[in-house]
Amino acid sequence: MSTPASVAAQPDSFAFTPESLAKAEKILARYPADRKASAVIPLLHLAQRQNDNWLPRVAMDVVADMLGMARIRVYEVATFYTMYNHKPVGKHLIEVCTTTPCWLRGSDEVLGACKRRLGIEVGETTPDGTFTLVEVECAGACVNAPVVAIGDDYYEDLDGPAIVAVIDQLERGETPTPGSQIGRRGSCPATGPTSLTTKSGTGAAPGSDD
Amino acid sequence: MLRDEDRIYTNLYGFEGTDLKSARARGDWDGAREIILKGRDWIVNEIKDAGLRGRGGAGFSTGLKWSFMPKNVQGPVYLVVNADEGEPGTCKDRDILRHESHKLVEGILYASVGIGATAAYVYVRGEFKREIQALERAVAEAYEAGLIGKNACGTDHSIEVYVHTGAGAYICGEESALIESLEGKKGQPRAKPPFPAQIGLYSRPTTVNNVESIADVATILRRGASWFSGIGRPKNAGPKIFCISGHVNTPCNVEEELGISMREMIEKHAGGVRGGWDNLLAVIPGGSSTPMLPKDVCEKVLMDYDSLAAVKSGLGSGALIVMDKSTDLVRAIGRLAHFYAHESCGQCTPCREGTPWMAKIMDRIVDGTARVEEIDMLLDVSRQIEGRTICALADAAAWPIQGLFRHFRPDVERRLMAARKTAAA
Repeated sequence: MSTPASVAAQPDSFAFTPESLAKAEKILARYPADRKASAVIPLLHLAQRQNDNWLPRVAMDVVADMLGMARIRVYEVATFYTMYNHKPVGKHLIEVCTTTPCWLRGSDEVLGACKRRLGIEVGETTPDGTFTLVEVECAGACVNAPVVAIGDDYYEDLDGPAIVAVIDQLERGETPTPGSQIGRRGSCPATGPTSLTTKSGTGAAPGSDD
Repeated sequence: MLRDEDRIYTNLYGFEGTDLKSARARGDWDGAREIILKGRDWIVNEIKDAGLRGRGGAGFSTGLKWSFMPKNVQGPVYLVVNADEGEPGTCKDRDILRHESHKLVEGILYASVGIGATAAYVYVRGEFKREIQALERAVAEAYEAGLIGKNACGTDHSIEVYVHTGAGAYICGEESALIESLEGKKGQPRAKPPFPAQIGLYSRPTTVNNVESIADVATILRRGASWFSGIGRPKNAGPKIFCISGHVNTPCNVEEELGISMREMIEKHAGGVRGGWDNLLAVIPGGSSTPMLPKDVCEKVLMDYDSLAAVKSGLGSGALIVMDKSTDLVRAIGRLAHFYAHESCGQCTPCREGTPWMAKIMDRIVDGTARVEEIDMLLDVSRQIEGRTICALADAAAWPIQGLFRHFRPDVERRLMAARKTAAA
């Protein structure tokens, strides 16, 4: 369970943009009309995304009012799930997985490299507001460990120099190539597939297999 | 070893396209209309006869679970697909969501016939943003092609399919916590009974199934129950996706036959243990909550539900976490203890209080400040927690610790005594 940092400077108001409202409509359409509360998690994601990746209290209130929920119920949800940030975070949120499968493959080295490169500790943001560093529990990409999530993407098969290279690119305003940083495909063995080797489909162009 | 022609997930690694046309070229959606027309009873019986056991961890018969759903009910009935993958070691559903999403959508269609569902929700963990996009694409394509939705495939069966996102809570992988979360609440498990088949999502009859179980369904129905049950071992049928992580040369996911030997699996597909088989110390065979097995057990054990239960562990989600002789096992399990303490939902006192307590003692054992007697205290606490809570998270927290001391207690005791001597000197 995450704990909100209620001391963060809170804005006075929040309003969904027209684009966000259009998305909210689509989200609400997934649930029965009398079960609107089901949309609370996706709507909080939407609010957080619009608000530079953190969720001020006024945004939770807006979501509560939209869904006809008591505000306290929305605060409960927003503080139970770990993906909501209750204080401002850097432009890039660096989430280092340190659970056992990643730890066995060197997440200590990856986390240490992040700290040294950024000059911050876990939970801190660089003074220029570009990077925030956090530790997360199992990211669910264990055969590509160690794994770091940044924004919408996973960076996989990392070591110290590889994560530093990713951070360097982000700092230069570039978009690092997500996925495996040793160039393998998905969860396939790095030395090539040990299965699916006799099927015509493997490696073929999309749709060419019959 | 599983033959390539018997593999369900021929695009596991994403070498081919994931769009509808590419999926159809692999055989997905082939004869969908005919399968629907065979009807509810045929589908349920076929899945029962195939011997498909839940691929999420519990290993309960999927067909039997479906048969618990009430018939002739008025109003909505729900299928909920559990894609809240987060058991440390496990990353198989991720590959289905991003590379084989049409198999999942097709499986949802047939499952909805089997249980009489009117709507399906796929609950995907919030961190899987790209996987959510891939699944949403597949669902949109299937709607557009008339494969799902009103009068699916031109039959009178209708099914709405929705993708729902979570927000970072391991506990939502427990089916009743998942339902609570889907209703817009904290993910805290419900006391059972009543089971979801009677009172589930929005208090309606509901079946919750793992991604892989549902994605298996389409191929089983196309190729027949006897094809599936002919693979693997009696009561442990079929192929299954395994995840091999940790100290192996080439960590990977791979689809293999249930009942393959652990050693063959590691050596054939994961390039062997780092430093050779003799450098193996222990393996967690089925995701973090299954107790670890020492090398001499790993030598002979087969990878299926019953073989792993017989050595006091489990197949779980099919995720092997391999640890070589360089591993500090106490730290490896101590880290898992912190994971479970972090993920406890806080509802039941034994779990809320006990999981951090176990993590603290594990920390003391890691840094050598614990006394040897604390091992018994720790095991006692683990047994006080186990079986005394609404859901199995507390059991999952207790078992890895029990597994460590079942096999490596003398090593840990020696370590503590040595640390004491060093401190005294």
